[in-house]
Amino acid sequence: MAASPPLTPEFLSRFGPTRAYPTGERLDTAVEPERLVKTHCCFCGQQCGIQLKVHGDKVVGFEPWEDFPFNQGMLCPKGVRRYLQGGHPDRLIQALERDASSPEGFRSIGYEDAVRRVADAIARIQGEHGPDAFALLSGASLTSEKTYLMGKFARMCLKTSNIDYNGRLCMVSAGAGNKKAFGIDRAANSWADILKAEVIWISGANVAECAPITTNYVWQARDNGAKIIVVDPRITPLARTCDLFLPVKPGRDAALFNGVLHLMIENHWIDEEFIRDNTVGFEAVAEKVKDWTPRRTAEVTGIAEKAIRQAAEWWGTAKTSFLMHARGIEHHSHGVQNVLGAINIVLASGRIGRPYCGYATITGQGNGQGGREHGQKCDQLPGARDIDDPEHRAEVAKVWGVDPDELPGKGVDAYEIFRKVDRGEVRGLLTISFNPIVSLPDSRFVERMLEKLDFYVAIDFFLNETARHADIVLPGSLHEEDEGVVCSSEGRVIKINKAIDCPGDARQDWRILQDIAGALGRPKGFEFETPRAIFDELRAASAGGVADYSGITYEKIEENHGVFWPCPATDQNGREADHQGTPRLFEPGSWNPVAKGAGPFYFEDGKARFNGVDYAPPTEDVDGDYPLMLTTGRVVSHFLSGTQTRRIGPLEDQFPEPRAELHPRLAKSLGVADGDWVEVESRRDAITIRASVVSTIRPDTVFVPYHWAGAKSINRVTIAAQDPISKIPEYKVCAVRVRKAEGAPEYADRFEPQQS
Amino acid sequence: MPPIKEFFVDPNRCIGCQACVHACSECDTHKGQSMIHLDYVDPGRSTQTAPTICMHCDSPTCADVCPADAIKRTDDGRVMTARKPRCIACSNCVLACPFGVPKMMTELDLMMKCDMCYDRSSTGRTPMCAAVCPSGALFYGTREEIERRRPNSRPVNQFQFGGQKITTLVKMMVPREATIDRIDATDAMHDRPPADLVLLNIFDDEISETERES
Repeated sequence: MAASPPLTPEFLSRFGPTRAYPTGERLDTAVEPERLVKTHCCFCGQQCGIQLKVHGDKVVGFEPWEDFPFNQGMLCPKGVRRYLQGGHPDRLIQALERDASSPEGFRSIGYEDAVRRVADAIARIQGEHGPDAFALLSGASLTSEKTYLMGKFARMCLKTSNIDYNGRLCMVSAGAGNKKAFGIDRAANSWADILKAEVIWISGANVAECAPITTNYVWQARDNGAKIIVVDPRITPLARTCDLFLPVKPGRDAALFNGVLHLMIENHWIDEEFIRDNTVGFEAVAEKVKDWTPRRTAEVTGIAEKAIRQAAEWWGTAKTSFLMHARGIEHHSHGVQNVLGAINIVLASGRIGRPYCGYATITGQGNGQGGREHGQKCDQLPGARDIDDPEHRAEVAKVWGVDPDELPGKGVDAYEIFRKVDRGEVRGLLTISFNPIVSLPDSRFVERMLEKLDFYVAIDFFLNETARHADIVLPGSLHEEDEGVVCSSEGRVIKINKAIDCPGDARQDWRILQDIAGALGRPKGFEFETPRAIFDELRAASAGGVADYSGITYEKIEENHGVFWPCPATDQNGREADHQGTPRLFEPGSWNPVAKGAGPFYFEDGKARFNGVDYAPPTEDVDGDYPLMLTTGRVVSHFLSGTQTRRIGPLEDQFPEPRAELHPRLAKSLGVADGDWVEVESRRDAITIRASVVSTIRPDTVFVPYHWAGAKSINRVTIAAQDPISKIPEYKVCAVRVRKAEGAPEYADRFEPQQS
Repeated sequence: MPPIKEFFVDPNRCIGCQACVHACSECDTHKGQSMIHLDYVDPGRSTQTAPTICMHCDSPTCADVCPADAIKRTDDGRVMTARKPRCIACSNCVLACPFGVPKMMTELDLMMKCDMCYDRSSTGRTPMCAAVCPSGALFYGTREEIERRRPNSRPVNQFQFGGQKITTLVKMMVPREATIDRIDATDAMHDRPPADLVLLNIFDDEISETERES
């Protein structure tokens, strides 16, 4: 049984979260680094280039890498301070086993011993209840070598269909929408195409706080004459100076896109030739948006009709443009519909596949793109292949040296895996690079499911709040302790370089997986000696697929500052080629393995698809009992569930605790002043946090960031409603009520700001 | 002769991320201390932030008022931070600086301020804050480069604080069509920026007269 140990002082002292600050060598100005290692940030999908200063066995600081073209030395505070996660007092340097008799809740055990216990538990559970009774939850902050190995480990070693990953909470709506419309899930353009776009449309993306470097691209475009349109329920730092701000009511993005398309059609602001030659399905969609008059669109979206008309005109008449979106439109129970709506207005404009005519979702995690390509999704095989497609299964099985029939079928999404735990179908769990008790919605349910498991093993470098529930914890590697490739938000495959060795018993995550396979007596396919060897197999397994990495090598990446996939090793006629990568997709006349020359898009006829978009209100709309919309999001100094950033002192100090953003009118009606404790309550649960009174948010909406755990976790309040296609949770809108709290919550005296 | 690099500040581009604050404290001269401040211009009403770095005045007021001659200026115009054993922590410079730059570090009995990462800029490297700023609010490069990147702005390095006229090494970007050649620091104190009312309008259908005036 996997209950969390009590949070005694001994437990917190050993496992934290503790705030680490620069000390010793990191403060000594006389220390000269021995090496500067060129690599990339361990955090978001921008994947800024950075150099790490190494002295002895420690990373002691950073140096800007001005030659890396994407960010030219620029960084955000997380990149600047990331090195403080190394040499951290909370670092797991030994394997752990739950020990109820210890005040720390865990005792250290030998690594080999721990691996054997894990293998025994897996064998026992699978022996008694079948292979699917053991599930894997992986993450997209791992290198592609590791995400590839996780998928292979699930299908070939454990033979379980139950593997999914934390990108389920992130990129799947964009992924599904892109696959439906374009046949491929990747940014259509590199960021270079932003610079001379005449109109930049940004929907549901807090660019300045969540993808800071992209701010520079957008504002450089603006200095070149671009108009910026921002759609968001909050005036974020980038929106502050935009040319047109559309304060959309949470959950109403599909209506806006339909309304804009309606106006584009009415005014003939469409590229008829492009639509005719390169797309299918326009007529049906045009019919569908006939009802989306500006008046109706304004009523539903809460945006002034005048602003909608202006946005449609600027978008409709531009010669070049770039549309970008992020979780703001994707984290909905109809997130896929929202994405399809955005793509519709791009396709109708014809502005794609050409210079300065672009479209992209902004991928959130460091390897959010790569981590959704090579098989750790419940329905996916390497090369962005489908696990249910017989041809795809045969292609991958050949590389793995197994019979295609041995490979399991499609699994279920991450939240559904927890529902399977509830039903007793899943009894064992392994997690890596995922902290679901903080990042999944309605998280009290997740907590109960963790307690219900027969066996739970976590691989991590810190004891995150989910791993507190583990029976065994295996000490994994930090980003700077391993090497491999990742794919950035732009589609650029880049190299993460190793700076230091793993401390103590900690080891590289791929070694841990292989050790478990060995201990299970199923080592075949898991005997790689280096990440390069794993990458070489990944390349072969991806060859011929949509996400073709076969022509990419570590050397090619380093020589070219990254390579955009697809980069096949052979040309269309099967001859060896030195492909230079594909920064821009969908160029007229381009060849791809699905269309085989019929057209630039990834369908047999080479044409993009218009998809009719059905607007539906959020799953839980406001009512008399819960009259306010809660929307959740991020702040610039924290990343995801805060496992790393809440332990980096200067980043935690920048934003110590979650705040509920309330508009002054709302605050006044509740009798709440800036800094007061308020209770934010939904049908699921309530949390008490301090209020921030700001006029940069809709008066009917409350915003809370999600990077904190336990009693500070807004995901106790959010709803587990999911998009039927992508299964992404509806983080961006549910119904709450807010009231001034009687006093400070219990945690205020008990815990430090980063703890709970 | 390598191209001359200059420091340009464009406060309009600040996004408040504090990358500059963090990177400053990672530089090699004063590790652990950040010499740059970031302020919210109108907290709660706007996300606008602005960084305060040393402007490296031609005739630095801080050095002029220092009774201990603890603040030096290099030949290439960088004004150094106060040095021990001279600095007596009297705070004259803190009070006198028109830009509000020097910080009194009481625990060290020493004033500290930005020295434009002299250890870096004197060896051809970029000052930390300008190197990392992800939005272009702080930029270190040639005049040609900044002109290419900012076709709609131009640099100004003349300021007026009451009766005091100041020329600085660091340039501030102003709109190209602005008819000023000298930035008057007291301008903003008299009138509410017009953009503020627009901001209040976006999320409110009606604004009461009292709200408008507050």
